[in-house]
Amino acid sequence: MTPHGTRKTFFLIALLAVAAMVFAACAAPAAAPATGGEQPAAAAPSSDVPAEAGRGTDGTVTLVYWQEVSILNPYLASGTKDFHGASLIVEPLLEFNQDSELVPVLAQEIPTVENGGISEDLKSITYKLLPDVVWSDGTPLTADDLVFTWQFCTNELTGCTVQNFVGVESVEAVDAGTVKINFVEPTPYPYIPFVGYLSPILQKAQFTGCEGEAAQSCSEQNTNPIGTGPYKVKEFRANDTVVYEINENYRKADKPHFAEVVIKGAEDASASARAVLETGEADYGWNLQVEPAVLLDMEAKGNGKVIASFGGNVERILINFTNPDPNLGDKRSVWSPDDANPHPFLTDPAVRQALSMAIDRNIIAEQLYGPGGVATCNILSGPPTVVSTANDACLTQDIEGANALLDEAGYADTNGDGIREMADGTPLKILYQTSTNSVRQKTQALIQQWWKEIGVETELKNVEAAVFFGGDPASPDTLNKFFTDVQMFTNGPDNPDPQQYMSNWLCEINGAIQIQNPENNWGGSNVERWCNPDYDALWTTITSATGDARNEIAMQLNDTIVQNYVAIPLVFRASVSAHANSLVGPQLSGFETEEWNIEDWQRVR
Amino acid sequence: MGSYILRRILTAIPTLFFISFVIFALLALSPGDPTGNLPPSLPMEIKQRVREALGMDQPMPVRYVRWLQQFMVNEPLNAIEKATGIQIGNSEDRLRITSWTARGKPVIDLVMERLPQTLWVVGLAYLLSIVIAVPVGVFAAYKQNSTFDSISSVIAVIGFSLPTFFTGVLVIQIFAVWLGWFPSLYNTTLDVTNWDTFVQQVKQMIMPVMVLAFFQIATVSRFARSSSIENLRQDYVRTARSKGLGERMVVMRHVVRNSMIPVVTLIALGIPGIFGGAIVTEQIFAVNGIGQLLIISIQSNDLPVVQTVLMIFAVLVVVFNLIADIAYGILDPRIRYS
Repeated sequence: MTPHGTRKTFFLIALLAVAAMVFAACAAPAAAPATGGEQPAAAAPSSDVPAEAGRGTDGTVTLVYWQEVSILNPYLASGTKDFHGASLIVEPLLEFNQDSELVPVLAQEIPTVENGGISEDLKSITYKLLPDVVWSDGTPLTADDLVFTWQFCTNELTGCTVQNFVGVESVEAVDAGTVKINFVEPTPYPYIPFVGYLSPILQKAQFTGCEGEAAQSCSEQNTNPIGTGPYKVKEFRANDTVVYEINENYRKADKPHFAEVVIKGAEDASASARAVLETGEADYGWNLQVEPAVLLDMEAKGNGKVIASFGGNVERILINFTNPDPNLGDKRSVWSPDDANPHPFLTDPAVRQALSMAIDRNIIAEQLYGPGGVATCNILSGPPTVVSTANDACLTQDIEGANALLDEAGYADTNGDGIREMADGTPLKILYQTSTNSVRQKTQALIQQWWKEIGVETELKNVEAAVFFGGDPASPDTLNKFFTDVQMFTNGPDNPDPQQYMSNWLCEINGAIQIQNPENNWGGSNVERWCNPDYDALWTTITSATGDARNEIAMQLNDTIVQNYVAIPLVFRASVSAHANSLVGPQLSGFETEEWNIEDWQRVR
Repeated sequence: MGSYILRRILTAIPTLFFISFVIFALLALSPGDPTGNLPPSLPMEIKQRVREALGMDQPMPVRYVRWLQQFMVNEPLNAIEKATGIQIGNSEDRLRITSWTARGKPVIDLVMERLPQTLWVVGLAYLLSIVIAVPVGVFAAYKQNSTFDSISSVIAVIGFSLPTFFTGVLVIQIFAVWLGWFPSLYNTTLDVTNWDTFVQQVKQMIMPVMVLAFFQIATVSRFARSSSIENLRQDYVRTARSKGLGERMVVMRHVVRNSMIPVVTLIALGIPGIFGGAIVTEQIFAVNGIGQLLIISIQSNDLPVVQTVLMIFAVLVVVFNLIADIAYGILDPRIRYS
């Protein structure tokens, strides 16, 4: 290169350097957009500022979520965290408190048959709205808003992500302060539409024009909904941070106590736990599924407390009653009314029972879940009113008993390889799938070991969560396709009433097959492909039962599933969170978001 | 010269179309589903309706053409409108590429929201690493096999071989947990208005910048060193010395200038990477940059975001290659005619 050329190169370098600096300089003010200059208060106790209990006296509270909030319209949520983010703003008619009991929010009282709120035929429920409630924009809340919310979600083109309006025939505004919900069928437990965090009320005036297809383009409305709750959006950054400020029109004059709430994203559960329990940067951390030993170590530093709440979620192993043999081609794992396509050995109750007996649930719960779970023998493990005690024997591992059971049922190891065979020589080999998650993989490894001790060989498989739970009909790896012998994941009821959840094991409802198969586009809810007319008949009785009888039937339904070993319950799971010592007020409710009572949260004084 | 530039631009266009197709097709065919994070109790029928509302049920070619039109035509038009304030056509009805998880939010808005943080953190780390690495590399070459050379080599090898997901967590443990000097979570809503907030901003940037720069320094300093060693052995260096020039003059004027040519190429081609962000580092420190957007979108299967971010990145790479080519053409006439 000539000296002349070199000089030009240098000129270019210099230019580049200057350009880079200009870039950096330009970016400087934009790098930190306006929040009004307020800093999130650190977790240090603000004991030096003896504020009075009242609205907005406690500064800022910072919550860390390792799944970032991406939208604040709960009916278009893309994950649980979005419902949480929205629950500070929009409110339902009723919600569940820390004891899983219903409490009124925007309703005057809980309608019952006794107070006339529920019709005698159980086909409608009428709510009276709290008088004088206004939206954060100052306009009054009316029954029309509820009617609109129902229409918004039930418009098929909206792509609503909430099932609370299933079974609702219509929602009508009796007058401005009264709303009547009509059900298609008699509904003994009607507290589903407009109840709980999944089903809050949207403002008609704001969302008119956003129904149906337009829902996808109403970005402003979806990220800054007008609500009746304690907070409203101050700044929203999708997939990063939400800053909330007080809704001045909130109906409780002395609440909320925090002037500002920040929900901030973090890398993962352990980064969230660290920010609350170790560095004290945040006041509250959500869903801390961290190794129990690590979490308890962090808690021992004394900056904060780990808290857990149990709803109804149970981690369990589901048994495939159909044959998942790949050689079957189109018939793989397919059940039809004419051909049950039975699994070669998992249809034998003795095998299923042996698989359950061989598991030490306490080890899994203590070692892998810690504060996040307890061993359970029931599919329906919460709330306490519906928990059966008939199956508790399963808590004791019984490998000997399991071996004896298999011997008796005629499964013997004929070729000496340590694996039992069926009479026709087919070995007891199981393919066991679950989602990719370190706790689940460790559970798999433990169970594989125990099953080996009873002569059952297990091959493990894990599938990326987005695929496993996504339910894309084109993917072979979804939990719905169930192309393995057994699979494991958590599920549980959305509300304390078990009727809806227990319908997951029905063979059919009103002639519609509930078992997943290609005809219903793998759309049913009966993943195990277990068809038992007795269960269906028992479930039908719960649809008209009320009170204690209802709980009694729920327990029987649970016992039928568990004693037939359709699913093998392992761990009753809690949502684990942590809060700084300087924060008081969080009262976890198993069926609500953590922020359900955020208006009561306070700084220690 | 004109025809040379034209030729380069013309070859860039089919390249970009090809890249766009590969990106779109690979992602569209990959498994995964945006409904995967919803509560497991949600029935399949409802998930199916969500997929339909997002337009996932349409055939892939239709989705590709629509996305291409949105990316190549609609979004640039919007950008021009925003920049100039002149309305072009019916902008209200123009379909935009919107995110699946933040439904209705245009992807470009998400990117613009995050670009400043990325430029600030990744750009600063880049600048810092160049400022440190080049002199270190040159000096190590000049004092080849000295203690300084050995130490810098060891450090470079460490920096090179330790992944940022390790160093990131390590510095958090040391400086955030043990010493408590810096925050482990980047406060993305911090507004620098006075000295205090400026100090906070600096504090929260130190760790991510340090981790990124450490890695970059290792690469660039190795490169500068080997290039300088090569030039130190050249005849013209001996000539310069025999002319009686001082060592300082020889190194600064002759060696460094010539050694920097390949280094500058490396640096220039790394600039698109600044816009692409630092996926791992941004995620660890919760810096809301482009890299974090990409990883979050991949995790939640927000395909429009992933496709668009990757495509923007591809365009930048192609453009910077083009700029480099053209610059060489200007500098070296031989290239133009070849």
